[in-house]
Amino acid sequence: MVFHGSLKQAAFAIAAVLSIGVVNAQSDDPTKVGFVYVGPVSDHGWTYRHDLGRQAIEAQFGDKVETTYVESVPEGADAERVIRNLASSGHDLIFTTSFGFMNPTVKVAKDFPDVKFEHATGFKREDNVSTYAARFYEGRSVIGTMAGMMTKTNTIGYIASFPIPEVVRGINAFTIAMRKVNPDATVKVVWVNTWYDPGKEADAAKVLIDQGADIITQHTDSPAPLQVAQERGVFAFGQASDMSAFAPESQLTSIVDDWNSYYVERTAAAIDGTWASTDTWGGIDTGMVAFPEYGVNVPDDVRAAAEVIREGIIDKSIHPFQGPLKDQAGEEILAEGEIYDDGVLLGMNFYVEGVQGDLPK
Amino acid sequence: MIRLQKRAAPSALMGYLAPVIALFITVLAGLVLFALLGVPVLDAFHAFFIAPISTLYGLGELGVKAAPLIMIGVALSIGFRAQVWNIGAEGQLILGAIAGSAVALALYEVDAWYVLPAMMFASILGGMSWAAVPALLRTRFNVNEILTSLMLTYVAVLLLSFLVAGPMRDPDGFNFPESRLFHDAATLPRLWGGTRLHAGALVALGLVVVGWVFLTRTLLGFALRVNGTAPRAAGYAGFNQGRLVWLALMIGGATAGLAGLFEVAGPIGQLLPSISPGYGFTAIIVAFLGRLHPVGVLFAGLVMALSYLGGESAQITLNLPLAITGVFQGMLLFFLLATDVLINYSIVRKQPRPVS
Repeated sequence: MVFHGSLKQAAFAIAAVLSIGVVNAQSDDPTKVGFVYVGPVSDHGWTYRHDLGRQAIEAQFGDKVETTYVESVPEGADAERVIRNLASSGHDLIFTTSFGFMNPTVKVAKDFPDVKFEHATGFKREDNVSTYAARFYEGRSVIGTMAGMMTKTNTIGYIASFPIPEVVRGINAFTIAMRKVNPDATVKVVWVNTWYDPGKEADAAKVLIDQGADIITQHTDSPAPLQVAQERGVFAFGQASDMSAFAPESQLTSIVDDWNSYYVERTAAAIDGTWASTDTWGGIDTGMVAFPEYGVNVPDDVRAAAEVIREGIIDKSIHPFQGPLKDQAGEEILAEGEIYDDGVLLGMNFYVEGVQGDLPK
Repeated sequence: MIRLQKRAAPSALMGYLAPVIALFITVLAGLVLFALLGVPVLDAFHAFFIAPISTLYGLGELGVKAAPLIMIGVALSIGFRAQVWNIGAEGQLILGAIAGSAVALALYEVDAWYVLPAMMFASILGGMSWAAVPALLRTRFNVNEILTSLMLTYVAVLLLSFLVAGPMRDPDGFNFPESRLFHDAATLPRLWGGTRLHAGALVALGLVVVGWVFLTRTLLGFALRVNGTAPRAAGYAGFNQGRLVWLALMIGGATAGLAGLFEVAGPIGQLLPSISPGYGFTAIIVAFLGRLHPVGVLFAGLVMALSYLGGESAQITLNLPLAITGVFQGMLLFFLLATDVLINYSIVRKQPRPVS
């Protein structure tokens, strides 16, 4: 609101000057924090959790901050405009919360050296662009253990979004943990090629259940698969947030994304001028990956086993990708005692033993 | 009791004015909506309709957003005039983007003037090849082109995600499904420094003129129009219906394909799993909003583009939800249909017959 209507020249030139003015000259002005979301804030999953993080910033800093969000921004030509409009309207710190926003974020960041950018799940950094992500695969180890112990049909249905390393890593971490407690169990994967489409996600859940899956897990953002699971009387795991409201009997637990403390911390750094470009990949130990109460149908021994994994990951005695590991053909790919480093994890494009079907390439 | 009675001769003038009236009512209804939401009405009006285009950058963005809508809208309205219902422009757009990107990536090391023209040529062929399937099925087997063109869109989406996750993936991109960023030789020249307005906007304007001339001043354009209004008469006049179906679909496919290329070689600069926020579908609305007339499509495309930009701007400056964009677009269509009803029908009040 402050400058609109007055930008008559190239937008970035003016805004660069203005943002210096806002930050340095008038430090009483609230720090403006902008968010770009890929889905609607009401998705009850990925975007919803980022928006809780935004609300945490408001709760923490009150009048010292002003937050803005733009929801359901398509990953394509539109993203750059939204990010640029946020940067040129006086925002000091901008979080872009989907992988597809990486190149537009970096592009805009070059034109606004005084605005700070935070991009979730990407790998390109600049002096004013940080990246952050969570080690959700650690959570997959916990729920994989639970699934291995609880399945009767030895078939788990996995609803996957896009065949990117993040998702493949999750499938593998889940499968490895599952096979440790139940070597006969296998994972069936359905790719829905979307992050958020309740209709498609529900259809995928139905197909998987019809094919014998008695536990459903997902790497998509809507609670639709849990609703199907609840209806059909099978178990499921929530994604991104506690989805037990949609599946009170079916949800065993959920892998919750908790960005609140990271967002508060980064905003504080932006306010007091200590913000610097970093790369953060937080796991269960940092609180970025969290779990709600176990579901009502989780037996005591499964709870206990899940806790052992969770605590083992926190104290580093357990690693989700610990050898010996075999590929789908049964050949050893990682020797006993060895673990994959972050480099392998970040580019993971193969399945481990126990996953059915071929990875789309 | 109120009854609708068909007018003998609907006003042609009102037919053209209907979109303007609909837009006016939409803005009024929108202001009422803002007032009900407790948002200062003038601020909201400014944020939605003025702010997005009050800067040079904003104007450029209007062009970036409207160009594909206008291009495809003009091509589709030519087909719709001939009663050829190409609903799959989105798929043809994607195929054009794929074909053009394939050329860009194949000539990745080449820095020459012919890279961009080659990409454009490939994208036109790509879009046409995708439109050829419904054309063939329609002319050979009389299969409804609405179904086939629509369904091919989903095939195109899957083909695109297969390609960006496999053969066309960036070798240095950590296996993420996107292509390399195109070189300068493979990206469209910008028309204006400081904006993203690219040469595609000029092509869109050119197509408006070409489309207008084609429909009103050429025999083929006349044949297409006759085929739409009176297919039998067209047959007696010696116009080959099969050829007209092919022509309409090829025009749509070629234009949508080129629009797809302009997206990847313009504002995006690489091939992504999602390159179009539904331009091929929105262009159908644009075509009808523009009364299937190229000049009308030009304005309809600009209005539609503004509704997207306004929605973003209202989110940023007033913290209004995104749903406001959908509500505006929905109201615009609703009021257009409502005014159309009143143009074609008159309301007559009939006294209920007394029971004797």
